[in-house]
Amino acid sequence: MLNDVLLLAATGFIAGVLGAILGIGGGMIVTPVLTLAMGVNIKYAIGASIIAVIATSSGATIAYLKDEMLNLRVAMFLEIATSIGAIIGALLTGVAPTSFLFILFGALLVFSSWNMIRKLRGKSDSVVNMQDDDLSKRLKLDGVYYDKAVDKEVPYHVKNVPGGFSMMFGAGFASGLLGIGSGAFKVIAMDTIMGMPLKPSSATSNLMMGVTAAASATVYFFNGSIKPEIAAPLALGILVGATLGSRLMQHLRARVIRMIFIPIILYMGVQMVLQGFGVEIG
Amino acid sequence: MKQSNETKAKEMHDVEILIGQILRIGVIISALVILFGLILLMLTQTSGYPGDVFPDKPSVILQGVIALKPFAVMMFGIFLLILTPVLRVVVSIYAFAKESDYLYVVITTIVLIILGVSMVVGYFGK
Repeated sequence: MLNDVLLLAATGFIAGVLGAILGIGGGMIVTPVLTLAMGVNIKYAIGASIIAVIATSSGATIAYLKDEMLNLRVAMFLEIATSIGAIIGALLTGVAPTSFLFILFGALLVFSSWNMIRKLRGKSDSVVNMQDDDLSKRLKLDGVYYDKAVDKEVPYHVKNVPGGFSMMFGAGFASGLLGIGSGAFKVIAMDTIMGMPLKPSSATSNLMMGVTAAASATVYFFNGSIKPEIAAPLALGILVGATLGSRLMQHLRARVIRMIFIPIILYMGVQMVLQGFGVEIG
Repeated sequence: MKQSNETKAKEMHDVEILIGQILRIGVIISALVILFGLILLMLTQTSGYPGDVFPDKPSVILQGVIALKPFAVMMFGIFLLILTPVLRVVVSIYAFAKESDYLYVVITTIVLIILGVSMVVGYFGK
């Protein structure tokens, strides 16, 4: 039993570090370890991974007393879109064509990874978006963060609010209907569509993920999908990992974060497209 | 005018630090409860429940917590962890109100209502 507890805590630690740096939930690390390496029933693996998302989000939250990295206004405004999307997605379970949506959202991830590779080859991580739109000004979405990797304050503007809002709705919809994590889509919505720098995008996605996951976690909690002996050590490992990861992220260069991010979303995208065609991998 | 701006900025800073502390305490409490349950499990070598059974009903969990059953304490801690993002939203409403940013008080309240409704529906619609 002690071995299992230590393995779960270590898995959680790694998932927490990576999740907090990238702004994704860590479900893609936790689920395969549980199902493939430990032989846990998929029902409990899904329950554990939703707790993993919340632990990542909350662990990242407490790393700093005053979090300069995340954009609270962007988070709360977009959270409306994601949570409504998630509810509609959950309500349409069994009605909407899931294989088509798996292919659609998978293709979107593959396309975004291509987009990010182009961004990586350009200089865009050192050039901040200065474009503004009327809506983002009225909603006071523009922000500023202190980048510890380059030791300076970076003010930034937010553009294309309707585009980002729609993407967030889609991200929530996909996670509610298909049961996939929506962190990657959230980061893409802010980074690629709304022109926010990568680090605030990741930190803001982290906060939003926890809020979105809290709603679905109650369902899993009360229908008996959350096994305490799995979720408890995992959550503790993640809380420690995410607190560390969130501090580490501030010192990493955006380029480095992007280089870790790209293969992960490419993998997720390919996996989803295949699943849409009825092929299960991982 | 400059004087009052500075007081305002100082006050906002204090509010943000206070919120940071509240969130930190919330997360740490949930982590400590989970850890306590896990240590109980290790020491007693029993979950407090027969076979593979684990508690998932509020009343059973609460009774188990009072009886210090390891699985019940762990589930209680996990439930507290699920509530920490809700706490995050609640204190954000307070922060926006302190900042007199009523647009965002409304936006964040909408988020809280959606969250509350889906949690209640989640509980009854399991």
